[in-house]
Amino acid sequence: MSQEEKPFKHPSFYPGDAPETEHPFSLYISVWILLFVLSGFSYGVDYAEVEGYLRWFLVTIFAFLKAGLVVGVFMHMAWERMAFLYAICLPPLFLLALVGILSVEGTWVFHVRSLFMTLTG
Amino acid sequence: MPNNHVSHADHVPDNLKGLVADWSSDVQAFKVRWSKAMMWIFLVSDTFIFGSFLSAYMAVRLTTIEPWPNTSEVFALHVGGSDIPLLLIAIMTFILISSSGTMAMAVTSGYKKQRVKTGVLILLTALGGVGFVGMQIFEWSKLILEEGIRPWGNEFGADQFGGFFFMITGFHGLHVSIGVVYLTTIAVRVLQGRYDRLDDYQIVEVAGLYWHFVDLVWIFIFAFFYLW
Repeated sequence: MSQEEKPFKHPSFYPGDAPETEHPFSLYISVWILLFVLSGFSYGVDYAEVEGYLRWFLVTIFAFLKAGLVVGVFMHMAWERMAFLYAICLPPLFLLALVGILSVEGTWVFHVRSLFMTLTG
Repeated sequence: MPNNHVSHADHVPDNLKGLVADWSSDVQAFKVRWSKAMMWIFLVSDTFIFGSFLSAYMAVRLTTIEPWPNTSEVFALHVGGSDIPLLLIAIMTFILISSSGTMAMAVTSGYKKQRVKTGVLILLTALGGVGFVGMQIFEWSKLILEEGIRPWGNEFGADQFGGFFFMITGFHGLHVSIGVVYLTTIAVRVLQGRYDRLDDYQIVEVAGLYWHFVDLVWIFIFAFFYLW
């Protein structure tokens, strides 16, 4: 069988070629420890009874840092090709639009309810 | 090699088998294995489900006149005469992150084709999942039986709290439970040598993606439901 007649398979078909084979355990253990530390920080925010915008800001920052570590290292997204990375990671950003619209709506409903409670006692 | 992207079509029969071959033939924009791409696409759709749940929770929490229950108090655990806020949740987080760590190591061992190591690490991961669900059952029964929290009301504040709590953590717990079954199946197959015979351990990475996603969702539930 000559080279031309072999059925085509993309190189990525062969798992041995995948770059993720080369990561040492130590990388995952470091990320693991980092996730613990960040979770500890989030927990600390509650334990120290930090309130208001600072609390929300810190909790959100820690959550997104942890999410980045999980997706990037544990799920290997950091080593995927850009076409795949964008196809997977961009669509969820549309949720921000949902959050934006619903926060306007929620605030409006709250004001209407407050008004109703004031008027009806 | 000319016309790589169409050449395979010549061998494809014009029937259902051909349809399956065309749709699964690794001729694609994303240069990853089909199984991996499909798992990721499933996870994106799951992201939208959980994203919608959490957005709905935000929207409803904004509308309540009554204050939202203080989660530090609701989820406190009584240990040695004092209430430690969110203790159980902290332990659950610890367990889930650890199981994600062992899963990542299982994937690496899988690529090195270390059969027993991979199988044992996946089983450890599944065990973490069992522990997590067990603690969730404990948490739910405590909240339902002792604190009297219901989907339609509770004594701590706004009535809507229960509905969102049970729906969001329940749906996540369901994911963990399904993951335990999934991982156990994969572990048994690894240990039986199935992937050695195929000379292909990628299925371990695909299962790992699912498990890491369960951890990922928990990170946001922990942040937005328990801490926010």
